[in-house]
Amino acid sequence: MMDFAPILAALRRHRTATLLIALEVALACAVLCNACFLIASRIGLMHIESGVDESSLALIKLDCDDCNSTDLNARLMAALRAVPGVQSVAAVNTVPFGERAGDNGVSIDREHYVAVPHFYLGGPGAAETLGLHLAEGQPFQPEDFRTGDVWVPADTPVWISRTLADKLWPGQSALGKEFWVTDKFHFRVVGVLAHLVRPDPGGTRGSGAAEWSVFAPMAPGKVLNGTYAIRAAPADLPRVLRDAREAAQKAAPEAVLDLAQSRRVSELRSDFFRPSRIMAGMLVGVIVALLMVTALGIVGLASFWVQQRRKQIGIRRAIGATRRDILHYFQTENFLIVSGGIGVGMLLAVVLNLMLMKFYELPRLPLSYLPASAVALWLLGQLAVLGPALRAAAVPPVVATRSV
Amino acid sequence: MFAYYLDLAFLSLRRNMMLTALMVLAIAVGIGASMTTLTVTHLLSGDPLPGRSQHIYYPQVDAEPKRSDDKEPYDKLDYQSAVDLWSAHRADRQAIVVDSRLKLSDPASGAPPIMSMMLSTTADFFPMFDVPFQYGGAWSAQDDASRARVAVITADLNQKLFGGANSVGRTLRLRNSDVRIVGVLKPWRPSPQFYMVAGGRFSNGDTADFYGKPEDVITPFFTGLDINDGSFWQFTCWSLPARTGHLQDAPCVWLGLWVQLDSAAKAADYRRFVADYAAQQKTLGRFTHAGNTRMRSLMEWLDFNGVVPSDVRLQTWLSFAFLTICLFNTVGLLLAKFLRRSGEIGVRRALGASRAAVFAQCMVESVVIGLIGGLCGLLLTLLGLWLVRQQPVAYADLARLDVPMFLLTFVLAVGASVLAGVLPAWRACRVAPAWQLKTL
Repeated sequence: MMDFAPILAALRRHRTATLLIALEVALACAVLCNACFLIASRIGLMHIESGVDESSLALIKLDCDDCNSTDLNARLMAALRAVPGVQSVAAVNTVPFGERAGDNGVSIDREHYVAVPHFYLGGPGAAETLGLHLAEGQPFQPEDFRTGDVWVPADTPVWISRTLADKLWPGQSALGKEFWVTDKFHFRVVGVLAHLVRPDPGGTRGSGAAEWSVFAPMAPGKVLNGTYAIRAAPADLPRVLRDAREAAQKAAPEAVLDLAQSRRVSELRSDFFRPSRIMAGMLVGVIVALLMVTALGIVGLASFWVQQRRKQIGIRRAIGATRRDILHYFQTENFLIVSGGIGVGMLLAVVLNLMLMKFYELPRLPLSYLPASAVALWLLGQLAVLGPALRAAAVPPVVATRSV
Repeated sequence: MFAYYLDLAFLSLRRNMMLTALMVLAIAVGIGASMTTLTVTHLLSGDPLPGRSQHIYYPQVDAEPKRSDDKEPYDKLDYQSAVDLWSAHRADRQAIVVDSRLKLSDPASGAPPIMSMMLSTTADFFPMFDVPFQYGGAWSAQDDASRARVAVITADLNQKLFGGANSVGRTLRLRNSDVRIVGVLKPWRPSPQFYMVAGGRFSNGDTADFYGKPEDVITPFFTGLDINDGSFWQFTCWSLPARTGHLQDAPCVWLGLWVQLDSAAKAADYRRFVADYAAQQKTLGRFTHAGNTRMRSLMEWLDFNGVVPSDVRLQTWLSFAFLTICLFNTVGLLLAKFLRRSGEIGVRRALGASRAAVFAQCMVESVVIGLIGGLCGLLLTLLGLWLVRQQPVAYADLARLDVPMFLLTFVLAVGASVLAGVLPAWRACRVAPAWQLKTL
């Protein structure tokens, strides 16, 4: 490696330009770290495991305010089961990525709310149709499926997601534990699900609560009607859904089929995350544009310096410096400037992250992003300076002997 | 002299096309990105009722028995409180608002029914919010009291059902009831749909849905409760209602109340009236605490709900950080460009040009770059807004460039390039003539 002293001495004579490039790199570093972090958190959320068999599931939802719910359920379940290719049908209140059906504050002591999970309700066979995977505990018994007037029966055995179990009873097994909604509804945990996301993971209650879900058994009736989960082989599903929509409309002409919700769960998922995808795409765009602008700035200024120092380069070459020495000189110079920028930029990145945390409830920036973006900017700097540096190395020694 | 400097600027810009293009591009992309996001933020954070919003207020009381005075009251009112405050008629105008989903059809056409949103409110809603009518008009206070089966429909629904014709007097079937259309609105798109804004602080910044379109059909409040009984959603309940969707006697909050108070004195009076009402309810035993009342003005209420989606705000911040980087870049490149001409500048100075003259020459060149960059930036802004309109968000159709933002684009572009030009121009005019002449 070459001696830094002469480079630093030269840079001291170009303080303004050096400072400009260093500041540009610093800002780029701060934005790069935080933008990458934002992208990573969005993508992390987009890959969340829903806990249901999305590829084999579709939803049929009808609005019918004045239907006899028991009759409606019977007609529709029969019509949907008759669609060729349907493996099973079950009444549910909603599915992951569908419309939110009901959040309720739960307490363990009937007084203080601990969490506000989403309550999924499902009729007989709903757990199997959705493809829920029980990690601990027992399946529901036929007598667990009872009707209610307003909501679930006052005493209900439920399954809850692992995340919710850890929130309600940290460090303990949730099986057999009990919780309350107001002081009227009493729930007993009989099963823990490895995963089950809210219908809007990362939405209403933030990403920490993405998997706060309860799954309660209930007989189809006054409370549970009009919404059905259909299971079919993934390859058949588009056709099955088309037929099921027709069958549902024919079976209940007085009801209005909700076309926005009556879709495959994978489609609902893709729609739900579309804003996140767009935001991530925009952030990638910002990063690319940012790096390009920074690189172009470096190219522009380095070219200027090379042209300004042609004579000095010629003299150095004439008194014995090799092309490689000249090349290294400009590369080292760039390395020093970018390093200075990165040093300031890391501080800026942390400050920016603190601001974002304050205003946007973002988590803390993992420190690993700092060295990663430093490496990226070093590489970018070296790449940008390569062209001008090669041009500098090509300056012939004879320039030294000319007066211009 | 200015014309000559302009000639010189163009000459210099042509001399190094590559460098010029870089600078113009940097400014254009920076301006384009920041103006796109700024326009969206501007549209979303604007006043939905310019000139009137300062007279519009949203009173709140807290009927939940288990809470205390130290928490914010719920965003909506229970039935009893809303109807009591409304029927006191102590404000210049007052309207209760609630929306619900229901089945809607045109019985004359026999077309299949569609699910629609219905707004149920009281007669003052229309004059208070300056809602424009195409045909007919609002219903009367008498219609509110008598639960008249009347409705006002939006221009969109009128287009969909009646092809845009004057449909006043025609019949609409709402769920199982027939209502007579008394008014058709002109296209009306308040941004946000302010009268329904509530619960923004629980939405984790995901507030794009506040910018949805107004409900298709508007009915008198009590009429709406009759027609769509059993389909009303609570904001929240502290105990489960006895009948789902029937909330008149339920321990739930679900209604919004808007009042118009034309002077500060009236606003103070009404504030006192709301506080007195809460105290009276406490005496009667219906409230457990009475100190928890609020009365925010419309803009304070929107602000409290953080209506501008956090994604939009984040994008604005990011794009301005980006513009700053682009500016640093332009400063660096301009510096290189001007100092490269140190020789010329030295000659000009030696021939008698003042520092101010050299400075002016350099600034003219920066502003030319800024204007070209601004023009390209404007095109990029239009492109950016087009991209926003393709997004599946409720406010997509609002994203258009208006005159103030159009002008701001140029102010920002020229301002930015002047800012970027000052330092390099100052450095250029400090060039020592003697030193430069010696090296020539």
